[in-house]
Amino acid sequence: MSRQVFLHPIANTIAKLLILGIVGGAVGLTVFSMLVARSPLMAQVDIAPVQPVPFSHEHHVDGLGLVCRYCHVYVEDSAFAGVPQTEICVGCHSQVWADSPTLAPVLDSYKANESLEWNRVYDLPDYVYFNHSIHINKGVACVSCHGQVNEMPIVRKQSTLHMDWCLDCHRNREDNIRPRSEVFDMHWEAPEDLEALRQRLVEDYHVDVEQFNITDCSICHR
Amino acid sequence: MQLKPQLSKLFKFCALVCLLFVMTGCRFNMRDQPRYEALEGSAFFEDGRASRQMIEDTVARDNLRTDEHFYTGQIDGVPVETFPFPVTKEVLTRGQQRFDIFCAPCHGRIGDGNGMIVQRGFKQPFSFHIDRLRDASPGYFYGAITNGFGAMPIYATRIPPEDRWAIVAYIKALQLSQNAALADVPETELENLENQ
Repeated sequence: MSRQVFLHPIANTIAKLLILGIVGGAVGLTVFSMLVARSPLMAQVDIAPVQPVPFSHEHHVDGLGLVCRYCHVYVEDSAFAGVPQTEICVGCHSQVWADSPTLAPVLDSYKANESLEWNRVYDLPDYVYFNHSIHINKGVACVSCHGQVNEMPIVRKQSTLHMDWCLDCHRNREDNIRPRSEVFDMHWEAPEDLEALRQRLVEDYHVDVEQFNITDCSICHR
Repeated sequence: MQLKPQLSKLFKFCALVCLLFVMTGCRFNMRDQPRYEALEGSAFFEDGRASRQMIEDTVARDNLRTDEHFYTGQIDGVPVETFPFPVTKEVLTRGQQRFDIFCAPCHGRIGDGNGMIVQRGFKQPFSFHIDRLRDASPGYFYGAITNGFGAMPIYATRIPPEDRWAIVAYIKALQLSQNAALADVPETELENLENQ
């Protein structure tokens, strides 16, 4: 039985509730803010950053049938996937839609030899080593990390890029692997023997090697 | 001011807890370390670019382009009639893949000059299947990819020399296939073709 401290009987309850409220509130607030900090919302998932030109992947990929690599030239060879040079835009837009005011920043940038300042959608923290080409060459499709870019009028981030997201795939490497030839296919239809195929690809592409494991810390934190 | 021992302990503990909260601020320095990423902006360089452009006439190690045939597609200013390396099935497959990426948007998958970008208003290129281009040398096509041709931009920055030759080989194969007679098909493949 608790000791009567306050004169009024209910005051004791109020005091207890108050203490519980303060402690519980503090704990709750901490937990809540931690959850928010780790939420896809805070990771900017599905939020389209404002770009100098409202470039539509949907139009260029699904509408015109351009392949990713027409503009993203270095994705297969470079650690950094790269943003296409203005020169590539102008290759076609010197003639197509050349008078459009929406395109003016691109043509101006080209003429003046000044950089067009795009806002990065996928930006990993600096303490993470990431190599784009190795993923492409081991059969990880564009769509696995970037989503259906071919359906996006303005590109939105489709993954949190949190460590658990990276690890999820590094631990279950067979879940996101496909034949190298299909990596760029945005509408790939998986064959019936998909599971067996993936197991085979993990071996064929040497995803697992003796010297290290792709879940090792030092794979990403070098 | 002298604090009682217990109070001093409590004070230290509180300070430690407060420090923990301050530590969350460290995250941002680690996230964005004082080094440039590729294509990042820079206040240091005049043109605002962290990624520096190569100084003119720089030659990377092992990159001295002495092989005129391979790098320019010309010998003494005349487009070459031959390929700098043997054209194998792999070369043709690579050529087809690269052709479909870089050329098909305008030239069309079969090289008839009727690609999607042309349908959207770009100047129509010649079909690869006219006599003049059927007779054109590999070096001629290589030159067009390397230096651009008419409205067509330079593709040298996007397609390395090996791939340019592979594309040329594939164009030559396209020219053959689009003008082939039934008699050109090997007997073993004939049945296959008729079944389609």
